[in-house]
Amino acid sequence: MSSTTDPRLASSGPPKRPLRLSWSDERVRGIVWQVLVVGVIGTIIWWLWQNTVHNLEVRRIATGFGFLSREAGLPIGESLIDYEPTDTYLRALTVGVLNTLKVAVIGIVLATILGTLVGIARLSNNWLLSKIAGVYVEVIRDLPLLLQLLFWYTILQGLPGPRQAINPVNGVFLSNRGMKLPWIEWTATHWWTLALVVIGAVATFFYARAMRQRQYQDGQPRKVWPAALVFMLGVPLAFWAFSGAPFTPDIPALRGFNFRGGVTVSPEYFALLIGLVTYTAGFIAEIVRAGILAVNQGQWEAAQALGLRRGDILRRIVLPQALRVIVPPMTSQYLNLTKNSSLAVAIGYQDIVSIANTTLNQTGQAIEGIAIIMLVYLTISLSISLFMNWYNNRIALVER
Amino acid sequence: MSDIALRATTSTPEAAPRTAPVRTTGFVAWAKANLFSTWLSTAVTLALAYLVARWIIGFVDWAFVNAIWSVPSVNGQPQTQACRDIKGVGACWAVITEKHRFILFGTYPFEEHWRPALVCLLFIGLYIVSAMRRFWNRTLIPIWIVTLTAIGILMWGGVFGLSYVPQERWGGLPITLILSTFGLAFAFPLAILVALGRRSRLPAIKVLCVLYIELIRGVPLISLLFMASVMFPLFLPEGMNIDKLLRAQIAIILFAGAYLAEVVRGGLQALPKGQYEAADALGLSYWQKTGFIILPQALRLVIPPLVNTFIGFFKDTSLVLIIGIFDLLTAGKTAIVEPIWQGFGVEVYVTVGVIYLVFCFAMSKYSQGLERDLNAHRRR
Repeated sequence: MSSTTDPRLASSGPPKRPLRLSWSDERVRGIVWQVLVVGVIGTIIWWLWQNTVHNLEVRRIATGFGFLSREAGLPIGESLIDYEPTDTYLRALTVGVLNTLKVAVIGIVLATILGTLVGIARLSNNWLLSKIAGVYVEVIRDLPLLLQLLFWYTILQGLPGPRQAINPVNGVFLSNRGMKLPWIEWTATHWWTLALVVIGAVATFFYARAMRQRQYQDGQPRKVWPAALVFMLGVPLAFWAFSGAPFTPDIPALRGFNFRGGVTVSPEYFALLIGLVTYTAGFIAEIVRAGILAVNQGQWEAAQALGLRRGDILRRIVLPQALRVIVPPMTSQYLNLTKNSSLAVAIGYQDIVSIANTTLNQTGQAIEGIAIIMLVYLTISLSISLFMNWYNNRIALVER
Repeated sequence: MSDIALRATTSTPEAAPRTAPVRTTGFVAWAKANLFSTWLSTAVTLALAYLVARWIIGFVDWAFVNAIWSVPSVNGQPQTQACRDIKGVGACWAVITEKHRFILFGTYPFEEHWRPALVCLLFIGLYIVSAMRRFWNRTLIPIWIVTLTAIGILMWGGVFGLSYVPQERWGGLPITLILSTFGLAFAFPLAILVALGRRSRLPAIKVLCVLYIELIRGVPLISLLFMASVMFPLFLPEGMNIDKLLRAQIAIILFAGAYLAEVVRGGLQALPKGQYEAADALGLSYWQKTGFIILPQALRLVIPPLVNTFIGFFKDTSLVLIIGIFDLLTAGKTAIVEPIWQGFGVEVYVTVGVIYLVFCFAMSKYSQGLERDLNAHRRR
């Protein structure tokens, strides 16, 4: 932009014209338009803000987040951290955020698995399988999610009571109080074992990478699975056995009118999870199918010509290429699932929306309550977006 | 010549009789290729066929064979004992027989039900006309204005000898159709403006549009609906009050606007740069360029994703249930609140689901057909 005498640089941009105060000057028009639009929107926001301040004064509602440290007094059915109704609103809202994350994370994992299976099934050579997958996708995508959630919740509510609970496998009970699963008495040793499994997975990852490097050098493929077995299963199991192999099964049993022991999956959580997973899987299936179809037919044929089996072709040739098409729309499905988990409020699962809504009804802090909901979802959305963008950049085609 | 013929005849008896070629047509060949090609495929087919057959038989038993279609009524009180006896074995469609008017039209005055019914038909007619490519020109605008006015007159009444029905009494299917149709009718122009704004060279306008789109897309619709129902009254000056349905409608418009804007932006970006440059070279102003050159082509590119977004919003209007607006789903849920009908939720939800399914399935099939037609020139 700086004036220069070098003719080669001077030709790189249009000559700078003096700003004329005339409607025919594009820059003047641009400035006028921007000032106008910003002015109108600013005035509207200012007007709304004035009204709000006035209304709050009239209704004697104090603004601010001071209410967060007051006693909540609202009971919460299920929480990942210790919670009593005598705790503060802040703690109640934290429980809500954790409940949202609990359903969103598990939902995303399960929906990805189910959706990928259905998407591949729809491309299957088996006519019956592909038709069933097709009908599933069409029907599930054409029904409102809220309707599906209410439907699942009604079905779970219609199950028999604890005394006549359905008992498909020993130790598993299905009743209108939710699902009861056997569990073990959890000790510190179990946590350490679990940590070792995670460390083993990381070690396997690096081991596989090192082996691949060796293969690039001498062309000999190396088996990774024996090492993976040792890292992820052998070492943790050995540790567990050496620490005295603590294992006390905690099997649910009927005592009086309800169950004792085991872990409970509440009907609300169960209905929400089924609804979200089956609904989102319908969309993911279509994305996966489109991604696989987007891979050139020649890639299949070339891989077949090399003598690879169908499973190997799918895993090693087609899916890595399909991922580039799949990941961006998949990100928005993950975001959708997370945002849709807010429908929990309709069936009484206490996620952040439900708890924030109760909070704002109890305290009258409408603006703060909704601001909290929006902030939580914006944070979650941004985190998922950032992670998926990072992953997308990693797998993107490197063009030379 | 005769030599060859002689040899040919002598060699015939030695040639082994060849098997007939494998059939490639007909049902048996088709089944062999598509259902029983490998042992794994055969196993999958048999297992699925068993499951599907069992499920269909179970469903037919529940929905038709063992179902109860109506219940006797004593002193105007329906007796649902028969239904309770067959719970889990047969469906109780009596709840639909008894409550279908309520589910479809909510608390609208009973003797005036023909009005919302006519409104629903008008809406469907409007959709069909808008879907026909023959009407994709300026005539569509007066058609929409006339139909929507007629719908308003029918719902409210108060003129032409129709009795006045306050808006609190509207409900059921018309509310769902009103929310989605008006929502899209207003969200679409908004979306086009915002999409153009996001691609604008003016920094202030661009920042505003990006902020709006990303903020709205980052939060769930429920939080906007809550905002509409709890916070809106705080925003307005004292004494001024907008009713609940309109507030929800505004929230839906703002929400739909952000999503549609991203779809439209996709079309704007997909258009080759040469189109913009050619329009500039002709000396067209910004609005001439946009209106005559860019938008007609860009919108055509994104019709299929637009219809998919429409389907999404048609379904999403059901979320107004959470703030207590009486749409189709809320009416269905309310119909089973009455103690005698409690516990027949599955039947009601199946019925409501079928209504949603019909609308969405029609739109989705239409969108697929459109995609095929519009891409005809690209196919080999």
